[in-house]
Amino acid sequence: MIETRDLRKSYGTSLVLDGVSVTLPRGGITTIIGANGAGKSTLLSVISRLLSPDSGTALMDGEDIFRINGPELAKKLAVLRQENHLTARLTVRELVSFGRYPHSKGRLSDADRAAVAHALLWLDLNDLQDRFLDQLSGGQRQRAFVAMVLAQETDYILLDEPLNNLDMKNARAMMLILREAVRELQKTVVMVLHDINFASVHSDRIIAMKAGKVIHSGGPDEIVAPAILREIYDMDIEVREIENRRFAFYYG
Amino acid sequence: MSPERRATLALALLAAGVALAMLAFMTLGVKGSWAFVLQFRGMKLLGLILVAHAVAVSTVLFQTVTANRILTPSIMGFDALFVLSSTLLVAVLGSTALASVDARALFAAKLALMTCCSMALYRWLFLGEEQSLHRLLLTGVVFGIFLRTLAEFVQRLLDPNEFMVLSDMLFASFTGINPVLMVFGWALVGAVTLWLGMNLARLDVIGLGRPVAVNLGIRWRRDVLAVLGIVSVLVSVSTALVGPVTFFGLLAASLARLAVGTSRHAVLLPAASLTAMLLLISGQTILERLFAFNTALGIVIEFFGGVVFLLLLLKGGRK
Repeated sequence: MIETRDLRKSYGTSLVLDGVSVTLPRGGITTIIGANGAGKSTLLSVISRLLSPDSGTALMDGEDIFRINGPELAKKLAVLRQENHLTARLTVRELVSFGRYPHSKGRLSDADRAAVAHALLWLDLNDLQDRFLDQLSGGQRQRAFVAMVLAQETDYILLDEPLNNLDMKNARAMMLILREAVRELQKTVVMVLHDINFASVHSDRIIAMKAGKVIHSGGPDEIVAPAILREIYDMDIEVREIENRRFAFYYG
Repeated sequence: MSPERRATLALALLAAGVALAMLAFMTLGVKGSWAFVLQFRGMKLLGLILVAHAVAVSTVLFQTVTANRILTPSIMGFDALFVLSSTLLVAVLGSTALASVDARALFAAKLALMTCCSMALYRWLFLGEEQSLHRLLLTGVVFGIFLRTLAEFVQRLLDPNEFMVLSDMLFASFTGINPVLMVFGWALVGAVTLWLGMNLARLDVIGLGRPVAVNLGIRWRRDVLAVLGIVSVLVSVSTALVGPVTFFGLLAASLARLAVGTSRHAVLLPAASLTAMLLLISGQTILERLFAFNTALGIVIEFFGGVVFLLLLLKGGRK
Protein backbone atom coordinates (compact mmCIF):
# COMPACT_ATOMS: atom_id res chain seq x y z
CA MET A 1 0.00 0.00 0.00
CA ILE A 2 1.22 3.47 -0.83
CA GLU A 3 0.01 6.35 1.27
CA THR A 4 0.76 10.02 1.20
CA ARG A 5 0.17 12.45 4.02
CA ASP A 6 -0.33 16.12 3.35
CA LEU A 7 2.20 16.38 0.52
CA ARG A 8 3.11 19.88 -0.54
CA LYS A 9 5.41 20.95 -3.31
CA SER A 10 5.86 24.23 -5.08
CA TYR A 11 8.05 25.41 -7.93
CA GLY A 12 8.86 29.04 -7.28
CA THR A 13 5.55 30.67 -6.44
CA SER A 14 3.27 28.09 -8.03
CA LEU A 15 1.92 25.45 -5.71
CA VAL A 16 1.85 22.11 -7.53
CA LEU A 17 0.87 19.80 -4.70
CA ASP A 18 -1.43 21.38 -2.17
CA GLY A 19 -1.74 18.97 0.73
CA VAL A 20 -2.27 15.64 -1.04
CA SER A 21 -3.29 12.78 1.24
CA VAL A 22 -4.19 9.71 -0.74
CA THR A 23 -4.13 5.96 -0.25
CA LEU A 24 -3.28 3.57 -3.07
CA PRO A 25 -4.16 0.05 -1.97
CA ARG A 26 -2.23 -2.99 -3.14
CA GLY A 27 -3.20 -4.69 -6.36
CA GLY A 28 -5.14 -3.44 -9.33
CA ILE A 29 -4.70 -0.54 -11.69
CA THR A 30 -5.05 2.95 -10.32
CA THR A 31 -5.09 5.83 -12.76
CA ILE A 32 -4.53 9.46 -11.95
CA ILE A 33 -6.42 11.85 -14.18
CA GLY A 34 -6.76 15.61 -14.37
CA ALA A 35 -6.09 18.61 -16.55
CA ASN A 36 -2.58 19.74 -17.51
CA GLY A 37 -0.75 21.18 -14.55
CA ALA A 38 -3.02 19.54 -11.99
CA GLY A 39 0.00 17.95 -10.27
CA LYS A 40 -0.39 14.37 -11.49
CA SER A 41 3.19 13.85 -12.63
CA THR A 42 4.54 15.63 -9.58
CA LEU A 43 2.55 13.32 -7.31
CA LEU A 44 3.87 10.28 -9.19
CA SER A 45 7.44 11.61 -8.94
CA VAL A 46 7.11 12.15 -5.20
CA ILE A 47 5.70 8.71 -4.42
CA SER A 48 8.53 7.19 -6.44
CA ARG A 49 11.18 9.28 -4.58
CA LEU A 50 12.34 11.06 -7.73
CA LEU A 51 11.26 14.39 -6.30
CA SER A 52 11.33 15.36 -2.65
CA PRO A 53 8.27 17.21 -1.36
CA ASP A 54 8.51 20.50 0.52
CA SER A 55 6.54 18.92 3.34
CA GLY A 56 4.48 15.82 4.04
CA THR A 57 5.43 12.17 3.71
CA ALA A 58 5.00 9.30 1.28
CA LEU A 59 4.87 5.80 2.72
CA MET A 60 5.21 2.42 1.06
CA ASP A 61 3.89 -0.43 3.20
CA GLY A 62 4.19 1.87 6.20
CA GLU A 63 7.79 2.96 5.59
CA ASP A 64 8.90 6.43 4.57
CA ILE A 65 9.86 6.16 0.92
CA PHE A 66 12.77 8.58 1.31
CA ARG A 67 14.27 6.57 4.16
CA ILE A 68 14.19 3.17 2.47
CA ASN A 69 17.60 2.31 1.13
CA GLY A 70 17.67 3.05 -2.60
CA PRO A 71 18.88 -0.33 -3.92
CA GLU A 72 16.26 -2.17 -1.80
CA LEU A 73 13.43 0.10 -2.91
CA ALA A 74 14.41 -0.51 -6.54
CA LYS A 75 13.44 -4.16 -6.10
CA LYS A 76 9.96 -3.25 -4.89
CA LEU A 77 8.99 -0.16 -6.82
CA ALA A 78 9.69 0.82 -10.40
CA VAL A 79 8.87 4.12 -12.03
CA LEU A 80 8.91 5.37 -15.58
CA ARG A 81 8.69 9.04 -16.33
CA GLN A 82 7.12 10.61 -19.33
CA GLU A 83 10.21 11.97 -21.06
CA ASN A 84 13.17 9.66 -21.31
CA HIS A 85 16.00 11.16 -23.27
CA LEU A 86 19.08 9.02 -23.11
CA THR A 87 22.45 10.32 -24.14
CA ALA A 88 23.90 6.83 -23.75
CA ARG A 89 23.86 4.74 -26.91
CA LEU A 90 22.12 1.45 -26.13
CA THR A 91 20.43 -1.41 -27.87
CA VAL A 92 16.93 -2.40 -26.80
CA ARG A 93 18.24 -5.52 -25.08
CA GLU A 94 20.87 -3.54 -23.20
CA LEU A 95 18.21 -1.12 -21.98
CA VAL A 96 15.89 -3.90 -20.85
CA SER A 97 18.81 -5.64 -19.14
CA PHE A 98 19.32 -2.52 -17.04
CA GLY A 99 15.98 -3.38 -15.45
CA ARG A 100 17.79 -6.26 -13.77
CA TYR A 101 20.44 -4.00 -12.23
CA PRO A 102 18.77 -3.83 -8.79
CA HIS A 103 18.95 -7.63 -8.62
CA SER A 104 22.11 -8.42 -10.54
CA LYS A 105 24.31 -5.34 -10.01
CA GLY A 106 25.47 -5.74 -13.57
CA ARG A 107 26.24 -9.46 -13.60
CA LEU A 108 23.32 -11.14 -15.30
CA SER A 109 22.45 -14.61 -14.03
CA ASP A 110 20.36 -17.08 -16.02
CA ALA A 111 17.29 -15.97 -14.07
CA ASP A 112 18.04 -12.36 -15.01
CA ARG A 113 18.39 -13.28 -18.67
CA ALA A 114 15.10 -15.16 -18.55
CA ALA A 115 13.36 -12.12 -17.05
CA VAL A 116 14.81 -9.91 -19.80
CA ALA A 117 13.73 -12.36 -22.49
CA HIS A 118 10.25 -12.51 -21.00
CA ALA A 119 9.90 -8.73 -20.90
CA LEU A 120 11.08 -8.47 -24.52
CA LEU A 121 8.57 -11.09 -25.56
CA TRP A 122 5.75 -9.46 -23.62
CA LEU A 123 6.21 -6.13 -25.32
CA ASP A 124 6.76 -7.69 -28.70
CA LEU A 125 10.32 -6.40 -28.98
CA ASN A 126 12.08 -9.58 -30.05
CA ASP A 127 12.67 -8.37 -33.60
CA LEU A 128 13.99 -5.06 -32.36
CA GLN A 129 16.21 -6.25 -29.54
CA ASP A 130 19.52 -5.58 -31.29
CA ARG A 131 18.50 -2.20 -32.66
CA PHE A 132 19.86 0.95 -31.07
CA LEU A 133 17.30 3.14 -29.32
CA ASP A 134 18.11 6.09 -31.56
CA GLN A 135 17.01 3.99 -34.55
CA LEU A 136 13.52 3.40 -33.15
CA SER A 137 10.25 5.28 -33.45
CA GLY A 138 8.83 7.05 -30.41
CA GLY A 139 6.33 4.26 -29.77
CA GLN A 140 8.93 1.51 -30.04
CA ARG A 141 11.20 3.38 -27.64
CA GLN A 142 8.30 3.79 -25.21
CA ARG A 143 7.71 0.03 -25.30
CA ALA A 144 11.40 -0.62 -24.68
CA PHE A 145 11.31 1.54 -21.56
CA VAL A 146 8.19 -0.19 -20.28
CA ALA A 147 9.92 -3.53 -20.90
CA MET A 148 12.84 -2.34 -18.77
CA VAL A 149 10.48 -1.45 -15.93
CA LEU A 150 8.70 -4.82 -16.20
CA ALA A 151 12.03 -6.66 -16.19
CA GLN A 152 12.69 -5.02 -12.85
CA GLU A 153 9.99 -7.36 -11.45
CA THR A 154 8.79 -5.03 -8.73
CA ASP A 155 5.48 -5.25 -6.88
CA TYR A 156 4.70 -1.62 -7.61
CA ILE A 157 4.89 -0.16 -11.11
CA LEU A 158 4.42 3.58 -11.51
CA LEU A 159 4.02 4.94 -15.02
CA ASP A 160 3.66 8.49 -16.23
CA GLU A 161 1.55 8.45 -19.39
CA PRO A 162 2.64 5.04 -20.68
CA LEU A 163 0.43 5.44 -23.76
CA ASN A 164 2.38 8.44 -24.95
CA ASN A 165 3.55 8.02 -28.55
CA LEU A 166 1.63 4.77 -28.97
CA ASP A 167 -0.82 4.18 -31.79
CA MET A 168 -4.24 2.62 -31.10
CA LYS A 169 -3.05 -0.93 -31.52
CA ASN A 170 -0.02 -0.52 -29.29
CA ALA A 171 -1.90 1.54 -26.71
CA ARG A 172 -4.50 -1.21 -26.39
CA ALA A 173 -1.80 -3.88 -26.24
CA MET A 174 0.00 -1.93 -23.51
CA MET A 175 -3.13 -1.70 -21.36
CA LEU A 176 -3.81 -5.42 -21.81
CA ILE A 177 -0.24 -6.26 -20.82
CA LEU A 178 -0.53 -4.16 -17.69
CA ARG A 179 -3.84 -5.78 -16.80
CA GLU A 180 -2.34 -9.20 -17.30
CA ALA A 181 0.57 -8.23 -15.01
CA VAL A 182 -1.93 -7.16 -12.38
CA ARG A 183 -4.06 -10.28 -12.69
CA GLU A 184 -1.37 -12.95 -13.09
CA LEU A 185 1.48 -11.50 -11.06
CA GLN A 186 -0.48 -9.48 -8.48
CA LYS A 187 1.30 -6.26 -9.41
CA THR A 188 0.13 -2.86 -8.32
CA VAL A 189 0.07 -0.42 -11.22
CA VAL A 190 -0.34 3.31 -10.74
CA MET A 191 -0.35 5.49 -13.82
CA VAL A 192 -1.10 8.92 -15.09
CA LEU A 193 -3.44 8.78 -18.07
CA HIS A 194 -4.87 11.46 -20.31
CA ASP A 195 -7.32 9.32 -22.21
CA ILE A 196 -10.35 9.23 -19.94
CA ASN A 197 -11.85 6.29 -21.84
CA PHE A 198 -8.79 4.09 -21.39
CA ALA A 199 -8.92 5.01 -17.72
CA SER A 200 -12.62 4.18 -17.55
CA VAL A 201 -12.31 0.80 -19.23
CA HIS A 202 -9.14 -0.49 -17.60
CA SER A 203 -8.79 1.00 -14.13
CA ASP A 204 -9.95 -0.42 -10.86
CA ARG A 205 -9.69 2.98 -9.27
CA ILE A 206 -9.44 6.52 -10.54
CA ILE A 207 -7.95 9.43 -8.68
CA ALA A 208 -8.89 12.85 -10.01
CA MET A 209 -6.66 15.82 -9.38
CA LYS A 210 -7.22 19.50 -9.85
CA ALA A 211 -4.95 22.41 -8.92
CA GLY A 212 -2.67 20.31 -6.74
CA LYS A 213 -5.45 18.58 -4.82
CA VAL A 214 -7.14 15.22 -5.05
CA ILE A 215 -10.77 16.13 -5.61
CA HIS A 216 -12.30 12.71 -6.21
CA SER A 217 -11.36 9.09 -6.03
CA GLY A 218 -13.33 5.95 -6.69
CA GLY A 219 -14.22 3.34 -9.29
CA PRO A 220 -14.75 4.27 -12.95
CA ASP A 221 -18.52 4.11 -12.50
CA GLU A 222 -18.35 6.85 -9.89
CA ILE A 223 -15.78 9.12 -11.52
CA VAL A 224 -16.82 8.87 -15.14
CA ALA A 225 -19.99 10.87 -14.68
CA PRO A 226 -20.88 14.22 -16.25
CA ALA A 227 -21.03 16.20 -13.01
CA ILE A 228 -17.67 14.98 -11.75
CA LEU A 229 -15.93 15.27 -15.13
CA ARG A 230 -17.24 18.80 -15.39
CA GLU A 231 -15.63 19.62 -12.07
CA ILE A 232 -12.30 18.04 -13.09
CA TYR A 233 -11.96 19.44 -16.58
CA ASP A 234 -14.21 22.53 -16.49
CA MET A 235 -16.13 21.43 -19.56
CA ASP A 236 -19.36 19.62 -20.33
CA ILE A 237 -18.70 16.01 -21.19
CA GLU A 238 -21.39 13.60 -22.24
CA VAL A 239 -21.10 10.11 -20.75
CA ARG A 240 -22.74 7.04 -22.28
CA GLU A 241 -22.84 3.51 -21.07
CA ILE A 242 -22.04 0.79 -23.62
CA GLU A 243 -21.96 -2.83 -22.46
CA ASN A 244 -21.61 -1.79 -18.82
CA ARG A 245 -18.67 0.45 -19.54
CA ARG A 246 -18.74 4.18 -19.36
CA PHE A 247 -17.45 6.29 -22.20
CA ALA A 248 -16.94 10.00 -22.32
CA PHE A 249 -17.72 11.90 -25.51
CA TYR A 250 -15.78 15.09 -25.84
CA TYR A 251 -14.76 15.11 -29.48
CA GLY A 252 -17.49 17.34 -30.85
CA MET B 1 28.46 -7.17 -37.46
CA SER B 2 26.96 -7.35 -33.98
CA PRO B 3 27.59 -4.40 -31.64
CA GLU B 4 29.69 -6.55 -29.30
CA ARG B 5 32.00 -7.76 -32.07
CA ARG B 6 32.40 -4.27 -33.40
CA ALA B 7 33.41 -2.96 -29.98
CA THR B 8 35.93 -5.76 -29.43
CA LEU B 9 37.42 -5.22 -32.87
CA ALA B 10 37.74 -1.48 -32.31
CA LEU B 11 39.44 -2.03 -28.96
CA ALA B 12 41.88 -4.53 -30.46
CA LEU B 13 42.74 -2.17 -33.32
CA LEU B 14 43.26 0.72 -30.92
CA ALA B 15 45.49 -1.38 -28.68
CA ALA B 16 47.55 -2.48 -31.67
CA GLY B 17 47.82 1.12 -32.82
CA VAL B 18 49.03 2.23 -29.41
CA ALA B 19 51.60 -0.59 -29.28
CA LEU B 20 52.93 0.44 -32.70
CA ALA B 21 53.07 4.10 -31.70
CA MET B 22 54.95 3.20 -28.54
CA LEU B 23 57.43 1.12 -30.50
CA ALA B 24 58.00 3.94 -32.98
CA PHE B 25 58.33 6.49 -30.19
CA MET B 26 60.94 4.42 -28.40
CA THR B 27 63.08 3.26 -31.32
CA LEU B 28 62.94 5.70 -34.26
CA GLY B 29 66.01 7.79 -34.92
CA VAL B 30 68.13 6.54 -32.06
CA LYS B 31 71.69 7.86 -32.16
CA GLY B 32 74.33 7.00 -29.59
CA SER B 33 73.76 5.00 -26.42
CA TRP B 34 70.61 2.84 -26.56
CA ALA B 35 70.50 2.47 -22.79
CA PHE B 36 70.41 6.21 -22.29
CA VAL B 37 67.89 6.86 -25.04
CA LEU B 38 65.54 4.11 -23.90
CA GLN B 39 65.58 5.35 -20.33
CA PHE B 40 65.09 8.96 -21.39
CA ARG B 41 62.29 8.20 -23.81
CA GLY B 42 60.77 5.65 -21.47
CA MET B 43 60.23 8.34 -18.87
CA LYS B 44 58.62 10.61 -21.44
CA LEU B 45 56.43 7.76 -22.64
CA LEU B 46 55.23 7.00 -19.12
CA GLY B 47 54.28 10.65 -18.74
CA LEU B 48 52.38 10.71 -22.01
CA ILE B 49 50.48 7.53 -21.11
CA LEU B 50 49.54 8.93 -17.71
CA VAL B 51 48.31 12.25 -19.08
CA ALA B 52 46.40 10.63 -21.94
CA HIS B 53 44.66 8.20 -19.59
CA ALA B 54 43.78 10.87 -17.01
CA VAL B 55 42.40 13.33 -19.56
CA ALA B 56 40.38 10.72 -21.46
CA VAL B 57 38.89 9.01 -18.41
CA SER B 58 38.02 12.28 -16.67
CA THR B 59 36.25 13.50 -19.80
CA VAL B 60 34.18 10.34 -20.22
CA LEU B 61 33.21 10.30 -16.53
CA PHE B 62 32.25 13.95 -16.59
CA GLN B 63 30.08 13.36 -19.64
CA THR B 64 28.46 10.40 -17.88
CA VAL B 65 27.37 12.34 -14.78
CA THR B 66 26.24 15.37 -16.76
CA ALA B 67 24.49 13.19 -19.40
CA ASN B 68 25.90 15.03 -22.38
CA ARG B 69 28.48 14.64 -25.11
CA ILE B 70 29.78 18.20 -25.39
CA LEU B 71 30.85 19.34 -21.95
CA THR B 72 34.22 18.38 -20.56
CA PRO B 73 35.89 19.31 -17.29
CA SER B 74 38.10 21.82 -19.05
CA ILE B 75 35.25 23.52 -20.90
CA MET B 76 33.55 23.85 -17.51
CA GLY B 77 36.57 25.69 -16.13
CA PHE B 78 38.42 23.02 -14.12
CA ASP B 79 41.57 24.14 -15.94
CA ALA B 80 40.91 27.78 -15.07
CA LEU B 81 40.98 26.71 -11.46
CA PHE B 82 44.46 25.32 -12.06
CA VAL B 83 45.62 28.55 -13.68
CA LEU B 84 44.31 30.52 -10.74
CA SER B 85 45.85 28.25 -8.12
CA SER B 86 49.26 28.33 -9.87
CA THR B 87 49.07 32.10 -10.24
CA LEU B 88 48.22 32.54 -6.60
CA LEU B 89 51.09 30.27 -5.59
CA VAL B 90 53.58 32.32 -7.63
CA ALA B 91 52.09 35.61 -6.44
CA VAL B 92 52.08 34.71 -2.78
CA LEU B 93 55.31 32.73 -2.49
CA GLY B 94 57.36 34.25 -5.32
CA SER B 95 59.26 32.27 -7.96
CA THR B 96 62.49 32.03 -5.99
CA ALA B 97 60.71 30.54 -3.01
CA LEU B 98 58.82 28.13 -5.29
CA ALA B 99 62.06 26.94 -6.86
CA SER B 100 63.34 25.92 -3.45
CA VAL B 101 60.14 24.08 -2.43
CA ASP B 102 60.18 20.34 -3.00
CA ALA B 103 58.44 19.56 -6.31
CA ARG B 104 56.37 16.80 -4.71
CA ALA B 105 55.11 19.06 -1.95
CA LEU B 106 54.15 21.68 -4.52
CA PHE B 107 52.37 19.03 -6.56
CA ALA B 108 50.46 17.76 -3.53
CA ALA B 109 49.48 21.32 -2.60
CA LYS B 110 48.18 22.10 -6.09
CA LEU B 111 46.33 18.80 -6.24
CA ALA B 112 44.64 19.34 -2.89
CA LEU B 113 43.77 22.92 -3.76
CA MET B 114 42.27 22.00 -7.12
CA THR B 115 40.32 19.01 -5.83
CA CYS B 116 38.81 20.94 -2.93
CA CYS B 117 37.92 23.95 -5.05
CA SER B 118 36.36 21.96 -7.86
CA MET B 119 34.28 19.89 -5.42
CA ALA B 120 33.13 23.03 -3.65
CA LEU B 121 32.39 24.91 -6.85
CA TYR B 122 30.77 22.24 -8.95
CA ARG B 123 29.01 19.83 -6.60
CA TRP B 124 25.81 21.85 -6.41
CA LEU B 125 25.54 21.86 -10.19
CA PHE B 126 25.09 18.13 -10.42
CA LEU B 127 22.94 17.31 -7.44
CA GLY B 128 19.83 19.29 -8.34
CA GLU B 129 16.72 17.31 -9.15
CA GLU B 130 16.30 18.82 -12.57
CA GLN B 131 19.38 19.90 -14.44
CA SER B 132 19.46 21.61 -17.76
CA LEU B 133 22.44 21.29 -20.01
CA HIS B 134 22.26 24.93 -20.98
CA ARG B 135 22.34 26.08 -17.39
CA LEU B 136 25.34 23.83 -16.77
CA LEU B 137 27.17 25.09 -19.82
CA LEU B 138 26.47 28.74 -19.04
CA THR B 139 27.45 28.39 -15.41
CA GLY B 140 30.63 26.57 -16.36
CA VAL B 141 31.60 29.17 -18.93
CA VAL B 142 30.87 31.99 -16.49
CA PHE B 143 32.88 30.25 -13.77
CA GLY B 144 35.73 29.74 -16.20
CA ILE B 145 35.73 33.39 -17.26
CA PHE B 146 35.57 34.55 -13.65
CA LEU B 147 38.47 32.35 -12.55
CA ARG B 148 40.54 33.21 -15.63
CA THR B 149 39.98 36.95 -15.22
CA LEU B 150 40.87 36.74 -11.58
CA ALA B 151 44.08 34.91 -12.51
CA GLU B 152 44.82 37.51 -15.20
CA PHE B 153 44.31 40.31 -12.73
CA VAL B 154 46.81 38.75 -10.33
CA GLN B 155 49.19 38.12 -13.24
CA ARG B 156 49.17 41.83 -14.11
CA LEU B 157 50.38 42.62 -10.63
CA LEU B 158 53.32 40.23 -11.00
CA ASP B 159 56.92 41.16 -11.60
CA PRO B 160 57.84 40.33 -15.27
CA ASN B 161 60.36 37.71 -14.15
CA GLU B 162 57.81 35.95 -11.96
CA PHE B 163 55.37 36.05 -14.86
CA MET B 164 57.92 34.24 -17.05
CA VAL B 165 58.17 31.45 -14.49
CA LEU B 166 54.40 31.25 -14.31
CA SER B 167 53.79 31.06 -18.05
CA ASP B 168 56.35 28.29 -18.18
CA MET B 169 54.22 26.39 -15.64
CA LEU B 170 51.00 27.05 -17.52
CA PHE B 171 51.79 26.31 -21.14
CA ALA B 172 50.92 22.76 -22.09
CA SER B 173 54.12 20.91 -22.74
CA PHE B 174 54.14 17.19 -23.30
CA THR B 175 57.91 16.97 -23.19
CA GLY B 176 58.87 18.74 -20.00
CA ILE B 177 57.18 16.37 -17.54
CA ASN B 178 58.87 16.25 -14.19
CA PRO B 179 59.85 12.60 -13.51
CA VAL B 180 59.66 12.93 -9.73
CA LEU B 181 56.01 13.90 -9.93
CA MET B 182 55.12 11.01 -12.17
CA VAL B 183 55.39 8.43 -9.42
CA PHE B 184 52.77 10.39 -7.47
CA GLY B 185 50.59 10.71 -10.51
CA TRP B 186 50.79 7.03 -11.40
CA ALA B 187 49.91 5.94 -7.87
CA LEU B 188 46.86 8.22 -7.71
CA VAL B 189 45.58 7.47 -11.16
CA GLY B 190 46.20 3.76 -10.65
CA ALA B 191 44.08 3.71 -7.49
CA VAL B 192 41.30 5.66 -9.16
CA THR B 193 41.34 3.36 -12.19
CA LEU B 194 41.05 0.31 -9.95
CA TRP B 195 37.97 1.77 -8.26
CA LEU B 196 36.42 2.53 -11.65
CA GLY B 197 37.13 -1.00 -12.82
CA MET B 198 35.07 -2.34 -9.93
CA ASN B 199 32.16 0.01 -10.61
CA LEU B 200 31.68 -0.21 -14.36
CA ALA B 201 28.07 -1.41 -14.18
CA ARG B 202 27.17 1.36 -11.76
CA LEU B 203 28.71 3.94 -14.09
CA ASP B 204 26.57 2.58 -16.93
CA VAL B 205 23.44 3.07 -14.82
CA ILE B 206 24.49 6.59 -13.78
CA GLY B 207 24.85 7.36 -17.49
CA LEU B 208 21.12 6.75 -17.96
CA GLY B 209 20.40 10.04 -16.19
CA ARG B 210 19.01 10.77 -12.75
CA PRO B 211 15.37 9.57 -13.03
CA VAL B 212 16.21 6.18 -14.54
CA ALA B 213 19.28 5.70 -12.35
CA VAL B 214 17.39 6.49 -9.14
CA ASN B 215 14.64 4.11 -10.24
CA LEU B 216 17.28 1.40 -10.59
CA GLY B 217 18.50 2.02 -7.05
CA ILE B 218 21.47 4.34 -7.55
CA ARG B 219 22.18 6.58 -4.57
CA TRP B 220 22.54 9.57 -6.84
CA ARG B 221 24.03 12.11 -4.46
CA ARG B 222 26.69 9.84 -3.04
CA ASP B 223 27.71 8.24 -6.32
CA VAL B 224 27.81 11.43 -8.36
CA LEU B 225 29.93 13.14 -5.72
CA ALA B 226 32.32 10.20 -5.78
CA VAL B 227 32.63 10.41 -9.56
CA LEU B 228 33.10 14.17 -9.40
CA GLY B 229 35.87 13.72 -6.83
CA ILE B 230 37.58 11.27 -9.16
CA VAL B 231 37.27 13.69 -12.07
CA SER B 232 38.90 16.38 -9.94
CA VAL B 233 41.82 14.14 -9.04
CA LEU B 234 42.37 13.11 -12.67
CA VAL B 235 42.18 16.68 -13.96
CA SER B 236 44.52 17.80 -11.19
CA VAL B 237 47.09 15.17 -12.11
CA SER B 238 47.05 15.91 -15.82
CA THR B 239 47.02 19.71 -15.50
CA ALA B 240 49.68 19.70 -12.82
CA LEU B 241 51.91 17.63 -15.12
CA VAL B 242 51.43 19.33 -18.48
CA GLY B 243 49.21 22.37 -17.91
CA PRO B 244 45.66 22.93 -19.15
CA VAL B 245 44.55 21.26 -22.38
CA THR B 246 41.05 22.38 -23.27
CA PHE B 247 39.84 20.21 -26.12
CA PHE B 248 42.08 17.15 -26.01
CA GLY B 249 39.73 15.17 -23.78
CA LEU B 250 36.76 16.00 -25.96
CA LEU B 251 38.66 14.90 -29.07
CA ALA B 252 39.67 11.56 -27.52
CA ALA B 253 36.24 10.81 -26.02
CA SER B 254 34.35 11.70 -29.21
CA LEU B 255 36.64 9.63 -31.42
CA ALA B 256 36.40 6.69 -29.02
CA ARG B 257 32.58 6.87 -29.06
CA LEU B 258 32.67 6.82 -32.85
CA ALA B 259 35.04 3.86 -32.86
CA VAL B 260 33.21 1.57 -30.43
CA GLY B 261 29.62 2.72 -30.99
CA THR B 262 28.51 1.88 -27.46
CA SER B 263 28.25 3.74 -24.16
CA ARG B 264 29.16 0.78 -21.96
CA HIS B 265 31.98 1.93 -19.72
CA ALA B 266 33.71 -1.43 -19.81
CA VAL B 267 34.39 -0.67 -23.47
CA LEU B 268 34.26 3.10 -23.64
CA LEU B 269 36.73 3.91 -20.85
CA PRO B 270 39.57 1.76 -22.23
CA ALA B 271 38.74 2.90 -25.76
CA ALA B 272 38.93 6.58 -24.81
CA SER B 273 42.13 6.00 -22.91
CA LEU B 274 43.71 4.13 -25.84
CA THR B 275 42.54 6.76 -28.33
CA ALA B 276 44.11 9.50 -26.25
CA MET B 277 47.37 7.54 -26.00
CA LEU B 278 47.38 6.92 -29.73
CA LEU B 279 46.89 10.64 -30.45
CA LEU B 280 49.50 11.80 -27.98
CA ILE B 281 52.22 9.24 -28.60
CA SER B 282 51.97 9.13 -32.37
CA GLY B 283 51.61 12.90 -32.53
CA GLN B 284 54.66 13.37 -30.40
CA THR B 285 56.65 10.85 -32.45
CA ILE B 286 55.72 12.51 -35.73
CA LEU B 287 56.54 15.98 -34.46
CA GLU B 288 59.86 14.95 -32.94
CA ARG B 289 61.11 12.66 -35.71
CA LEU B 290 59.56 14.08 -38.86
CA PHE B 291 59.43 17.78 -38.19
CA ALA B 292 62.13 17.96 -35.53
CA PHE B 293 60.34 20.43 -33.31
CA ASN B 294 59.04 19.77 -29.89
CA THR B 295 56.52 22.12 -28.37
CA ALA B 296 53.70 22.42 -30.87
CA LEU B 297 51.80 19.17 -30.19
CA GLY B 298 49.50 20.88 -27.71
CA ILE B 299 48.56 23.48 -30.27
CA VAL B 300 47.88 20.91 -33.01
CA ILE B 301 45.71 18.78 -30.70
CA GLU B 302 43.81 21.80 -29.44
CA PHE B 303 43.13 22.82 -33.02
CA PHE B 304 41.54 19.49 -33.95
CA GLY B 305 39.77 19.25 -30.58
CA GLY B 306 38.31 22.71 -31.10
CA VAL B 307 37.02 21.70 -34.53
CA VAL B 308 35.33 18.63 -33.00
CA PHE B 309 33.77 20.84 -30.29
CA LEU B 310 32.30 23.16 -32.91
CA LEU B 311 30.99 20.22 -34.95
CA LEU B 312 29.32 18.73 -31.87
CA LEU B 313 27.76 22.08 -31.00
CA LEU B 314 26.42 22.48 -34.54
CA LYS B 315 25.09 18.93 -34.57
CA GLY B 316 23.46 19.44 -31.16
CA GLY B 317 21.90 22.67 -32.36
CA ARG B 318 20.27 21.01 -35.33
CA LYS B 319 18.49 18.32 -33.32
